[in-house]
Amino acid sequence: MSDRILVDAKNTFCPGPLMELISNMKMAEVGDELELLSTDEGSAADIPEWVNKVGHEIVDSFTEEEVLHIVVKKIK
Amino acid sequence: MHILVVGGGMGGTILANNLARRLSGELEQGSSKITMLSASDKHMYQPGLLYVAVGKMSTSELYRDQKSLLEPSIDFHVDPVEKFDLDNNSVTTKSGKKISYDIICIATGSRGNAAGIPGLAENACQFYTEADALAMYKKLQKFEGGKVVVATGVPHKCPMSPLEITFFLIDYFKKRGIWDKVDLHYTYPIGRVHSLEPVAKWAAPEFDKEGVTYETLFNMKEVVPGKVISEEDSSAEFDLLVTVPPHKGMQVIEDNELGKGGFIPTDKKKLNMEGRDNVFVLGDTTNLPISKAGSTAHFEAEALGENIAAMVQQGEPVRDYDGKVFCFIEAGDGKATYAMFDYNNPPNPQAPTSGLHWFKTAYNRMYWASARGII
Repeated sequence: MSDRILVDAKNTFCPGPLMELISNMKMAEVGDELELLSTDEGSAADIPEWVNKVGHEIVDSFTEEEVLHIVVKKIK
Repeated sequence: MHILVVGGGMGGTILANNLARRLSGELEQGSSKITMLSASDKHMYQPGLLYVAVGKMSTSELYRDQKSLLEPSIDFHVDPVEKFDLDNNSVTTKSGKKISYDIICIATGSRGNAAGIPGLAENACQFYTEADALAMYKKLQKFEGGKVVVATGVPHKCPMSPLEITFFLIDYFKKRGIWDKVDLHYTYPIGRVHSLEPVAKWAAPEFDKEGVTYETLFNMKEVVPGKVISEEDSSAEFDLLVTVPPHKGMQVIEDNELGKGGFIPTDKKKLNMEGRDNVFVLGDTTNLPISKAGSTAHFEAEALGENIAAMVQQGEPVRDYDGKVFCFIEAGDGKATYAMFDYNNPPNPQAPTSGLHWFKTAYNRMYWASARGII
């Protein structure tokens, strides 16, 4: 199994969680899983929208202590 | 105590000056020493490149001698680090010198990496080096109309620059009287026209008013002559492509395997390299999820200056970096606004005014006092 990379974007406004995910996705290897932590209300919608549009895979999504965790697998 | 500052950009310069003033007694007595190692004897005001690209500043306004910006007590050398031996608290420089330290501050910055996207460097104008900004201005002067696309890579230095270059291009084409012959199309990597939601809510109607079209969720995958193709399977045709390229950290950081992409894993509050108590990181060199901007480096340098001086004088740091960032936003038409935020407080930008544009214009010249730590 490839590494799971933690992307802690809690309480950040610029560049924000999605841009952080895209940056880290570019540095990751195909098959890596990235766990994004976000407190941005928009992340629940805009992260899956981008992930699905590009063709990566949402592996898991849950909220813990008001922090959204989204696990994304790099497919290509 | 020997404090070594690696990098003579905005962050390194403000930090070294801040420390030199706080530790003036120790430096005079010889119980402490501050050394700066830089790759250049010149200091560039990087935000000025945006203005050079549209003919609003000359390159002669961008530079000062680095030594002239530093407190005389700082031991400055043009001799960049090539090897970091963090386990043994030493570095080796390009000239072959081995330098030991007690505390090291790494502020080597970031660089545009257009080569990371096939075809981008060959087909796009950019403005993150002097040569590129001048080449862009020359290309603009020859442009007589057609499709212009602005495309942004991730991550990038100066989060406001995609909007600012777009508004400056509108001004430029209007001034030349060819705006009616230009179709300007703006693309952006996430689902709105800027990462800051209030800024995006202001900018999108401004684009509508000017007739600028835009496409969001557009991440460049490849550029071929006349067309930029996105990872999201979209494309935009152009006669002129202007890019804010994706950025990487510096090669020396990658070569020494200090952090993926050249960005060093850094504690968001203490600004130490993860796992090391005497290695500090600031500015674009960190992997922190905050803006890669001069103001970020500035506020980090102030926090670090206070903390490192306290470590020397009292044995431990005294404050956290709060994530503060302040960015001017040039809005075109002689107006500007700003965004200020930190880890706990979101930005709340106000409507652009001509007063803020003139303040930004004045800051372009006051920057040297800021680097010296005077303002």
